[in-house]
Amino acid sequence: MILTPDSWQAIQLTVALATSTTLILLILATPLGWWLSQTQSAWRAPIHALVTLPLVLPPSVLGFYLLIVMGPQGPLGQFTQAMGWGVLSFTFTGLLIGSILFSLPFAVQPLQHAFDAMGPRPMEVAATLRASPLDAFFSVALPLAKPGMVTAAILTFAHTVGEFGVVLMIGGNIPGKTSVVSTEIYGHVEAMEYAQAHVLAAGMLAFSFVVLLALALMNRRQRQVA
Amino acid sequence: MSAIHLQVKIHRSAFKLDLDLQLPGQGITAIFGPSGSGKTTLLRAVAGLEKNQQGLIQIGEHIWQDTQQGVYLPTWQRPLGYVFQESSLLPHLSVTDNLNFGLKRVLKSAGSAQSDAAKALQASIELLGIGSLLQRMPTELSGGERQRVAIARAIAMQPQLLLMDEPLASLDAARRQEIFPWLSKLRDELKMPMLYVTHSAEEVTRLADHLVVLAQGQVKAQGPVSAVLTQVVNPVVVGEDAGALIEGRIGEVDGQWHLSRVDFDGGCVWMRDAGLPVGKAVRIRILARDVSLATSEPQNTSIQNQLLGTIQSITPDAHPSQVMVVLKCGAEEVLARVTKRAVDELALQVGQPVWAQVKSVALVA
Repeated sequence: MILTPDSWQAIQLTVALATSTTLILLILATPLGWWLSQTQSAWRAPIHALVTLPLVLPPSVLGFYLLIVMGPQGPLGQFTQAMGWGVLSFTFTGLLIGSILFSLPFAVQPLQHAFDAMGPRPMEVAATLRASPLDAFFSVALPLAKPGMVTAAILTFAHTVGEFGVVLMIGGNIPGKTSVVSTEIYGHVEAMEYAQAHVLAAGMLAFSFVVLLALALMNRRQRQVA
Repeated sequence: MSAIHLQVKIHRSAFKLDLDLQLPGQGITAIFGPSGSGKTTLLRAVAGLEKNQQGLIQIGEHIWQDTQQGVYLPTWQRPLGYVFQESSLLPHLSVTDNLNFGLKRVLKSAGSAQSDAAKALQASIELLGIGSLLQRMPTELSGGERQRVAIARAIAMQPQLLLMDEPLASLDAARRQEIFPWLSKLRDELKMPMLYVTHSAEEVTRLADHLVVLAQGQVKAQGPVSAVLTQVVNPVVVGEDAGALIEGRIGEVDGQWHLSRVDFDGGCVWMRDAGLPVGKAVRIRILARDVSLATSEPQNTSIQNQLLGTIQSITPDAHPSQVMVVLKCGAEEVLARVTKRAVDELALQVGQPVWAQVKSVALVA
């Protein structure tokens, strides 16, 4: 079975999107997860709810609002136009922003749980060993949260690969620009090209299974170590 | 060595800690009390781990906290060593990396030479006998080994003050016995003052030089350990374990009878030979229940140890039939628990010289 050039492009775009989303989200979600696990601020509950929102919202709702915000009349759209960047909807950047918001809980929650599970003691120990809070965060908290970080990365990557609604709403399934594997499958089915759809769909199935299997094996190994 | 001044006030809904302590700048000061008395909170306040407080924390000339002047050093800027109750080794680092974690940062801020670091590290490794454990991960150590590494890690930084929060409490009796000698060695070989939190009377009698007794967030008694232990008003060890703690030296070893003589200011006692050489400093414990009193020098008795002293006080004991008599023998105090009837029949009075017959002497350290 041979992939069409469009399907190839969709696969490349999917990988590019998932990789960028994962990298950016790890950088954003690590301080956010740390803050959520440590703070006693009154803002904790509302921020936590906000971060979790994409988990329960239909992707179309998220996509709809993003479309409005990024569109020519939306606040973000007007800002990007004023800066000379044009409108972000139906572009890769727009897609990336949507993906980041959509996968936010999948990155934040494993990290937050890892920091929670660590308890206050390791940071106290580090402080009695002359480590400043920032120093202790990098030399103690991050290494101890490594399993959470790996889980966050895998979940974010897989979840981004699997997203459909947001991508369709913001990206519009433009071949070579915003068409990813999930929307490509949808396109093939619409066009009655079941053979093409099969290749991609089976590929996604295998990929998702392998990811979840890897996660399960990793978790088991960690439990044995701990 | 200059002294330590601690003023700590912490008020919480269900708990209040309020004390003002002047402590010696050397040796082990034991902070003793039942759980909930505020021992650990005090230690955490000294370290700056407990923030909700006001007061003064001064170690020698160094001020770590002074709320009146608005001085508050965060924990990581206080030159202290802290040994937590349970294992506190950083689990992702090997023993060597744990030992180096604090040392590296001390050197960076002090700008001292690498060779000094290596020397300090080597000394602490030897002091705690952990040379063979260096490559291991914390999970591969026994509880006792972990605490020894934690202690070595703290002292390698050569802190101005070493804080230990019940370092033996998480260990079973056998492991505890295994660590005692190392702790005694620390006390004898290190110059740095130590605050040692414990609820074990055994640890107090074996290790402490100075004793602070806490109850419900307040200081009940404090002073040199032998003086506080013989206090009858606020007894640290009550019931069957009440007694005197005496510091002395082995004066003679009698090989024929397997006995050794401990000399101290106020007399001498014979005890079972423990294989210690003449001149060795020892601590002995004489329990109040093992001491009886006589108004004249006892003759024809099987009891080998007799001390001449003066009655300092006669206080009622827990049971109405008993009293606790405190004798002054030279510089030391000896406790005797006798019946009220005996005191009456012998007409014992404060200031009167009496002979104390000591049935048994225990070597504690």
